[in-house]
Amino acid sequence: FLLPLGLTHPHLLFGSVKEHHVTLPNQSEPWDMKQLLVWIRGNMLKERPELFVQGDTVRPGILVLINDADWELMGELEYELQDKDNVVFISTLHGG
Amino acid sequence: MCQVDEEYNGQLEHRVTPRVSKKCVKCKENTAVLIIRAGDAFCRGCFKEYFIHKFRAMLGKNRVIFPGEKVLLAVSGGPASSSMLSQVQEGLSRDAPKKLRFHPGIIYIDEGGASGQSMEERERAVAQLESVFRDTNYHYHIVHLEQVLSLPSSVLEAGSSATEKPQTGSSYKAAVDQFIQTKKNQHPDLSVENTQSHLSSLSMQEVQNGVTSPITPEHTQALQRLFASVRTLTAKEDLLHTLRQHLILHTARTQGYTKVMMGDSCSRLAIKLLSNISLGRGASLATDTGFSDPRYGDVVIVRPMRDYSSKEIAYYNRMFDIPSVFIPGLDTKAQDKASIQHLTESFVTKLQTDFPSTVSTIYRTSEKLHTACPPQNTNTQPSAKCLLCLCALDTKLEEFSAYQATLISEQLSQRRGPGTAAAPGLPPASSAGQGQCYSSGGGQRQGCITGEGGCCSSAKEPETVDLKSLLCYSCRLTIKDMTAEDALPQYILSEAERRKRRSQMREEISEFLLDEEEDEAILRVNGSL
Repeated sequence: FLLPLGLTHPHLLFGSVKEHHVTLPNQSEPWDMKQLLVWIRGNMLKERPELFVQGDTVRPGILVLINDADWELMGELEYELQDKDNVVFISTLHGG
Repeated sequence: MCQVDEEYNGQLEHRVTPRVSKKCVKCKENTAVLIIRAGDAFCRGCFKEYFIHKFRAMLGKNRVIFPGEKVLLAVSGGPASSSMLSQVQEGLSRDAPKKLRFHPGIIYIDEGGASGQSMEERERAVAQLESVFRDTNYHYHIVHLEQVLSLPSSVLEAGSSATEKPQTGSSYKAAVDQFIQTKKNQHPDLSVENTQSHLSSLSMQEVQNGVTSPITPEHTQALQRLFASVRTLTAKEDLLHTLRQHLILHTARTQGYTKVMMGDSCSRLAIKLLSNISLGRGASLATDTGFSDPRYGDVVIVRPMRDYSSKEIAYYNRMFDIPSVFIPGLDTKAQDKASIQHLTESFVTKLQTDFPSTVSTIYRTSEKLHTACPPQNTNTQPSAKCLLCLCALDTKLEEFSAYQATLISEQLSQRRGPGTAAAPGLPPASSAGQGQCYSSGGGQRQGCITGEGGCCSSAKEPETVDLKSLLCYSCRLTIKDMTAEDALPQYILSEAERRKRRSQMREEISEFLLDEEEDEAILRVNGSL
């Protein structure tokens, strides 16, 4: 299903494209964030995966917003994705 | 989910709805969209109010910005400084009686020359930022880092504060009241005045923006040579920071700004605090991370964003469409351990995920730091301040100090005999090289002082060792990492020479100088004769 993916600073790692519309392959169980991260790491990250994903979750310092709400309120990695969900990754590590 | 043949039966028990719709802790009505600190969920409207209020509260609590002052906003394009810019716009635009009252200007420093960007990339970034700045209708200055090569050496001197305002609440209130009075009196002509001042500011903007001189590739190369001569990324970042401060200071002084606002967020200041300790800047922690930094004397640096965590800033920018431009820096995509600053950053951010109160704890600790003696002493001669960072020199050689211990171990580890080379801290033998200029008589001496390096050029070699004695401990470490000290911009080298000559001269005539403590000694001598 379709998933618009927005990136602020990490876009450098994704070939400098800030917005991606992603269609995840169908599977029997619903996709959750953990699986999404694994999928992104495998299919979208052009370089230096450790700057985006660390272990199971995103690198510390990267904010995740699901439909403009903090993912902590949604259950973080356990949140189950729905069609047309808008996921945004914002890096807080760079400058000010 | 939108799949036809999905089975819900067996898995219904597992699926605890992760979407726990929390209510905002403040208004208790709307659904929360963001968690701040440890567990406070806010809805969009309450968050906006909270964010805006914090900015004004920060400025109101520390009453350093007086009405009508010219304040320079240092914008790097990153999220925190862009957010600061929008807060200033917000604060100046309201008609509330508590609106902010100062005249802002913007400065952006293009550091692409040091971080290895191509001219097209830099121009693109500058163009993007210019469009943002133009929307604000404030004066803006685009300064390239290459212009640091043509700074005057007066930048390295702390000016005296232009107005000796005692920082008491009553004088601040009086100033505010006075300002409101004058505004009221001018009220009938306000619209005319506004358009007039707006027009004049626009035309000034024309002139000022044209002043940013185009930089030549030679300048960029000289800058690159400077940074290439620095071996470690730690020292590079430190040097970049110093040069940036000098540029901002120079622009503020020449354009008449008395305050500079930097966009350091709480998270960034916590990282800065820890990395400064590692860099050897412990003595100046209070000024480096505090709200106001008075070390330059006439220009005071304030940090109004120091209460915002980077999460809050990122969230606000996203929700309310604050434009920010991403500009790669020296440490973009660097390894974790590439530099002390970078390592500290990853340390603090990692710790913060597991212990969400890390940053605020460090922040509160830094609030408690104060300098013991007033940092700004107009009586202090310039030689008592570090050449580069203008904080008080902390490298006076006292017996049994920790600093002397490091020097001795350095000596020993270099496997030199005690008699061969002079230790860097003791009165350098290199002063003999400089001494030549002085011993050759009065006439020569005059030429030496006015000749600004004319006859001292032969003594260039010992000069590089002398630079260290003018620096504080951490600046020394930075310079030590440089292979070619003469790649430093001219203003630093010439100011160093000048201070060296001054201190030589002072030593020579010290017996003739009248000093309070010496008066007694002289009286005693006279008495005994």
